[in-house]
Amino acid sequence: MSEQRRYKWVGTRQNRPDGADKVTGRARFGADFNLPGELVGKVLRSPHAHAVIKSIDVSKAAALPGVKAVVTGADFPEQPDQLLPAGEMQVNLRDVTRNVMAKEKALYEGHAIAAVAATTAAVAQEALSLIKVDYEVLPHVIDVQEAMKDGAPILHPHMRTDGVKPAPEKASNIAKRLEFNKGDAAAGFGKADIVIEREFTTQPVHQGYIEPHAALASAAEDGQVQLWTTTQGHFQVRGFCCRLLNLETSQLRVTPSEIGGGFGGKTVVYLEPVAIRLSQKAGKPVKMVMSREEVFRASGPTSGGWVKVKMGAKKDGTIVAADITVALQAGAFAGSPVGPSCMCSMACYDVENIHVVGYDVVSNRPKVAAYRAPGAPISAWAVESVVDMVAQELNIDPIDLRLKNAAKQGTKTHYGPTFGVIGMVETLEAAKASPHYKSKVKPGYARGVAAGFWFNVGADSSAAAHVGEDGSVTIISGNPDIGGSRASLALMAAEELGIDYKKVRPIVADTASIGFNFVTGGSRVTFATGLAVVNATRDMIGQLKQRAAKLWEVDVDAVVWEDGEARPSSTNVGKFEPLSLAKLAASASRTGGPINGHAQLNAQGAGPGFGVHIVDLKVDPDTGICTIDRYTAVQDVGTAIHPSYVEGQLQGGAAQGIGWALNEEYIYDAKGRLLNPGFLDYRMPVASDLPMIETVLVEVPNPAHPYGVRGVGEVPIIPPMAAIGSAIARATGVRMVDLPISPPRLSAALDAATPRMAAE
Amino acid sequence: MSKTHVTTTINGEPTEYLCEASQSMLDVLRDELDLTGTKEGCGSGDCGACSIIVDDRLVCACLMLGAEAEGRRVLTIEGMSHGDKLHPLQQKFIEMAALQCGVCTPGMLIAAKALLDRNPNPSETEVRFGLAGNLCRCTGYDKIVRAVLDVAAEQRETTR
Ligand code: FES
Ligand code: FES
Repeated sequence: MSEQRRYKWVGTRQNRPDGADKVTGRARFGADFNLPGELVGKVLRSPHAHAVIKSIDVSKAAALPGVKAVVTGADFPEQPDQLLPAGEMQVNLRDVTRNVMAKEKALYEGHAIAAVAATTAAVAQEALSLIKVDYEVLPHVIDVQEAMKDGAPILHPHMRTDGVKPAPEKASNIAKRLEFNKGDAAAGFGKADIVIEREFTTQPVHQGYIEPHAALASAAEDGQVQLWTTTQGHFQVRGFCCRLLNLETSQLRVTPSEIGGGFGGKTVVYLEPVAIRLSQKAGKPVKMVMSREEVFRASGPTSGGWVKVKMGAKKDGTIVAADITVALQAGAFAGSPVGPSCMCSMACYDVENIHVVGYDVVSNRPKVAAYRAPGAPISAWAVESVVDMVAQELNIDPIDLRLKNAAKQGTKTHYGPTFGVIGMVETLEAAKASPHYKSKVKPGYARGVAAGFWFNVGADSSAAAHVGEDGSVTIISGNPDIGGSRASLALMAAEELGIDYKKVRPIVADTASIGFNFVTGGSRVTFATGLAVVNATRDMIGQLKQRAAKLWEVDVDAVVWEDGEARPSSTNVGKFEPLSLAKLAASASRTGGPINGHAQLNAQGAGPGFGVHIVDLKVDPDTGICTIDRYTAVQDVGTAIHPSYVEGQLQGGAAQGIGWALNEEYIYDAKGRLLNPGFLDYRMPVASDLPMIETVLVEVPNPAHPYGVRGVGEVPIIPPMAAIGSAIARATGVRMVDLPISPPRLSAALDAATPRMAAE
Repeated sequence: MSKTHVTTTINGEPTEYLCEASQSMLDVLRDELDLTGTKEGCGSGDCGACSIIVDDRLVCACLMLGAEAEGRRVLTIEGMSHGDKLHPLQQKFIEMAALQCGVCTPGMLIAAKALLDRNPNPSETEVRFGLAGNLCRCTGYDKIVRAVLDVAAEQRETTR
């Protein structure tokens, strides 16, 4: 970089603190923890998409030698109808307990019905086959539009659509209706020269983390419980487990393992309460690990959706009105990310008249979990495709059209807030100036562009900083590190302290060793936990200055902290040799004891992020296969604390979006059973499917953070689908509206558009 | 069920173990020998997280039986570094941020080593196809491919 660096450490590419552990196999992930005498826990799952559980007979299983405990829904107390935050989404405790272990009904294929703990996996497996469940199979519904129809099989007889007036009397699968309004959309369309209206769909896709869910629980006779688990939020796991099992928070200590990917999918509990309950009943530690098939059938995925977009624009490209309807599958229990989906839908643009309606719809599928910018990619797929159609119709460059309508500081969003300092315009300009966009499209290829927005999250964080006896520093936080956050936190601490990055050791502590931290999610860790680390470090620096003041017998205001040492603030203070961290640490006992810093906060002012992606691809008209030749992700990242891991977020998100666009989907048979619960048939991108993913980091610092951090992890999954769809439309003249644009679907659409010659 | 007695070499060490006839090599490594660096992502040969090298061949440990290791040489991620020195691929993965969560990393490194052992001068396309059996959901593969190409170039430099 030629530009002069403002910081010594922030913005540099240091080796991550957990690097050596992770390249040698030393790092311990969820399934790598064991305890002496542990039992193996396994779950019996529903073979039916929708069925009443008339009775469960576990007597034969319990009598099998080697079986030490069996649990069913009856082992988990009833919970109140109460919402709790889970990642970026909300969950209802009454539903959470039913998703962990079914009570009156099985609501999807794969729903947990019972679980056993036994001395070996083979015995546990045999025990499952001995459990007798008497089901009354009910009609089921998989598709979101089907589930909304009158006469659809009803999942929850008590469910009435929230947000509709007057309150409906009839049960419905529509859990909630929400509405956002800005200006007057109906009137706005009157001013438009062109109006485009289309309907789009997406299929559920799984987060696809490579590490399956795993948990090891050890419950002691005195009621104390320890749990090791792979999660994005061990404090959330503690909270859920304690509520579901009537434990006090202080009775449960949760240690997070290294986490092998989450992307939102590890913000809820599945195995953890079951492992604890089994351990309580058996009096021994219980380890549970999901198979890949269980991961697909019973965890995640994100919603599939149906989106209708109507957009009006003037000849000069000004978008004057948008009317959007979004219906998202929540899975078997209410709570899809339809809220964020509606909020993000039009947030890239400064449009006078916007009307958005959302529906949260239950159907007989696994309960959805957050997946990277939950909900936003679904509405963006539709909205950005229509923006591209406007550009095509008006013959305006797609980036210029977006620049004309771009949201900026002062733009009032349709969901409420007015934007502060944001970088949508800068991001579009950087995209336009990128080597990729300036290059000529190769013959036979076509180019697509799309944008994305995510508001980013702040929330609760705690951190501590300790000075060791030799002057080295430990930074303690409580967010599992999924993508290099320890490195970013250490960089900020080193910057504050003015010491070598290698002298700062960041660790992720268990629930008993640091104060509360909300989940690793919503792109909040580098922002909010980063803020807590900065504040904890500043608290420690305050201590260090006091110790120096004491040794020098001067006022603390006469001491400054610079380049890792305490110095007199001016020559007037007196002539003192600077005191390094090591020297102050050595004299700590004489000056007031150990030197530590602490911080806890609820971080406000998360800076919204914007991204623009550019893709060049070609379509094989015979097979419908798309080959991506070049891909660039441009994003406003605030400040890139560790540029390599910021680029990594952009690249990884883009790859997931490419999978979402071209291949990934849940496929069901007529009985509501998932047909592709494995990596062979649920096809995620592999290395040979992708080109290099170029990145352009735009830095418009977030004023609410001392280093200008904006969350970066969510935005990059939002633009790929529409960028690819638009490139395909430009390559073939066919605008695809249903995801994924898999080879069979695309070749069928191309055939329909251009009937083959009879001779062929 | 009587167990099978296996004599083999793992990471250069003569090793003996007992395993069930149906036990996979992955389960033997992880559960019997405490070599948990080799990961299970699918158990069906589709993700490569369990990659090991058996007699110079890249193998999914989840698709091999523990009994099949009899008389062979097995390399796992725990045997990739030399003493306190990381293998150049390991070093480069750290330096170039070729891992995010790191769960695919052991398998990815083993597969990359197998590739470079076979083909010290791979093109980008050859690297991409050489690693196509190893899923990574975090990185989009960009930095992984670059790291492998970089190591290959450096090794050619030093052997010249
Ligand atoms: S665990 Fe062996 S290939 Fe996935
Ligand atoms: S780094 Fe997470 S799967 Fe590859």
